[in-house]
Amino acid sequence: MAEEKEVLEPLPSLLADGIKRQVLAVQDYARLSFESLSDVFTPPFYWNDTLEQMDIIGVGSLPIIVLTGFFIGGVLVLQTAAQFERFGEAALTGDAVAIALVRELGPAITALLVAGRNASGIASEIGSMVVTEQVDAMRALGTDPVRKLMTPRVLAMILTLPLLTVVSDFVGLVGGFLVAYFTLRLGAVQFWTRAIHSLDFGDLVQGLAKPFVFAFIISTVACFMGLRVKGGTQGVGRATTSAVVVSSVILLVTDTFITRLLLWAFSK
Amino acid sequence: MTRATPFNGREQFSAPVPGETVIRFKDVRIGFEDREVLQGISFETVHGETKVLLGEGGSGKTLIMKMAAGLLRPDSGTVTVMGHNIGEMGEKELLQFRRYIGFVFQEGALFDSMTVAENVAFRLEEEGVHESEADERVRQALRFVEMESALERYPGELSGGMRRRVSIARALVDRPPIVFYDSPTAGLDPVTCQTIMSLILRGRDLQGATSLLATQRVQDAFGLANFHFDKNSGRILRDKTEAGGPAQTSDPANRAQSERKTSQLSESLSSAKDAKSATGSPAYDGGISTTNVLVLRDGKIYFEGAADALLNTSDEYLNEFLASAK
Repeated sequence: MAEEKEVLEPLPSLLADGIKRQVLAVQDYARLSFESLSDVFTPPFYWNDTLEQMDIIGVGSLPIIVLTGFFIGGVLVLQTAAQFERFGEAALTGDAVAIALVRELGPAITALLVAGRNASGIASEIGSMVVTEQVDAMRALGTDPVRKLMTPRVLAMILTLPLLTVVSDFVGLVGGFLVAYFTLRLGAVQFWTRAIHSLDFGDLVQGLAKPFVFAFIISTVACFMGLRVKGGTQGVGRATTSAVVVSSVILLVTDTFITRLLLWAFSK
Repeated sequence: MTRATPFNGREQFSAPVPGETVIRFKDVRIGFEDREVLQGISFETVHGETKVLLGEGGSGKTLIMKMAAGLLRPDSGTVTVMGHNIGEMGEKELLQFRRYIGFVFQEGALFDSMTVAENVAFRLEEEGVHESEADERVRQALRFVEMESALERYPGELSGGMRRRVSIARALVDRPPIVFYDSPTAGLDPVTCQTIMSLILRGRDLQGATSLLATQRVQDAFGLANFHFDKNSGRILRDKTEAGGPAQTSDPANRAQSERKTSQLSESLSSAKDAKSATGSPAYDGGISTTNVLVLRDGKIYFEGAADALLNTSDEYLNEFLASAK
C-alpha cells in the first residue's frame, strides 16, 4: 500500500507542474510579443535587418505563393462551376471565386504557406543561435536579442504577408479566369465584371485585416519557439516543428473568431 | 570596501582604481532542477587581478562568470561588479552595463552569419563608432590575435583555435576594464593552447583588465601567474623574484617538486612565438598583474590563493590537478 501511495502521490504535483509550465510559457510569449512590438517605436532601430528579413520572407516566398495561388483559383472554378452549371448559372463562378479567395482562402492559405516556409526557418535559425551561445554572446556584447533578432522578423512579416496575400488573391483570380475561359467558355469581361462587383468594402477589409494578425502570430510564435530552445540540435528540431504546428493551429483558430467578428461588423 | 549602488544607464562610467574590489560574490547560490550547483560562493577580485577558476566539468565555473556578467541571476546571495549589484539591475540596465565587459565564450560563440570582421566590429557598430574608425580598430584587434588575414572569412571556415582568437579580438576590441574567459583552451591541442594563453597574457598586461578565467588546465593558471608580457622587448618573460631568480617556493622540501612542475610550463610558454605588440592600445602601467587561483569542488570553494600556494599543497585532490600539468 505504501509503495502504491508513493507512485500515486506525485501525479497531482506533476499535473500542477505541467499547468504551471504552460501558464509560464504563455506569460513569456505575451511578454516577448509585447516587447517586440514596443521596440519598433524606440531606438536603436535595425532597419537593415528588417529589410533583409523582408527580402527573405517576402521575395523568398513569392514563387510558392504565385504557384499555389494560381492553382487554387483554378481548382475553385472547377469545383464551383460543376455546381452552378446544374442551375444554369455558370456565370456566377466569378462571384464565388472572388469572394472565397479574397475573404478566406487567399489570407489563410498564404499564411499557412508562409508559416510552413518561414516559421520553421526563423525558429531553427534563432534556436541554433541559442544552443551555440550566440544569443548569450549578443547579450554579453550589450545588444538586446529581442530587439535585434525578433523585432525585425515580426516587423518584416507584418509588412510582407498582406502584400503576399494581395498577390495570391490576384494570381488566384487570374488562374480562376483562365480555367473558366478554357473550360466554361466564360468571357473575360463577364468573369472580371462579376468578380469585381461581387466584392464590397467589408470583403476587402476582411481579406486585408487577417494577414496582419496572421503575420503577428506566425512571427512571434516562431521567434518564441527559437528563443526558448533547450537540448542542443534535438531541441532545435523540436522547436522548428512546434513553430510550424503551433502557429498554423493558432492562426486557423484565430481565423474563425476574426471571420465571425468581421462578418458581424460589416453585416448589412 | 565597495558599496553596492543602483545602476543608472545614463551615468558616466568610472574606471576602477587600483586596489578597488571590482568583482564581489557574497554567499551566492544557484541551482537547476533540484540540484544546487553553487552552494554559497564568496570571493573578491580586485582591480587588475586575474582570478583563475579551476574545477572539474560541471563544477560551476561558467555559471560564476555568467552571473558576474548578469547573464544569469543567482538564486540567493549578491553579485557586485564595479559597485553595482547585478541582481538588482533590470535587463535594459544590464545591456548597457555589459558594454564594459568582454566575454570570451567556450566555443567562441561567433555569429556564424557574419564575417570575422563583422563579428569583431559588432560592439563598435552598436555603439555608433564611425565606420572608418571601427574598421581601423577591428584591424588592430585582429592583428593583435594574428588573424588580420581572415577579415572576410566566415566562422565556419575557421579552426577551433582561430575561432577562439577571433573571439578574444571581439572581446578586447573595445578595451573593456573587465574580461571573462570561459575555458578558452578547452578542446584545443597543446600548441594552440599556448598561443591562446600567450594572447590572454598579452591582453592582460597591455590593457590591465580585471579578469576571470575558467579552465580545467592547471597550466593556464601557472602560465598567467609566472609569466608576463614585456612591453619593451615585446616578448613573454618569466617573472623574477626580488632576488632575481625564478619564483621560489617557501618550503625547501617542495622546491624541487615545484621547479619540476613549472619547468615544463616555462619551456612551453617561453618557446611561444615572439609577441610583438600590435594592438596600438595604450600600455598598461599597473605593473605585473596579480593572479590568484580559486578551485571549485562540489559547489563550494575548495581552495583560494596564489598559484605558488597551490603548487606547494599536499592536498590529495589538488594534487590531481597539478598532476594533469605533467
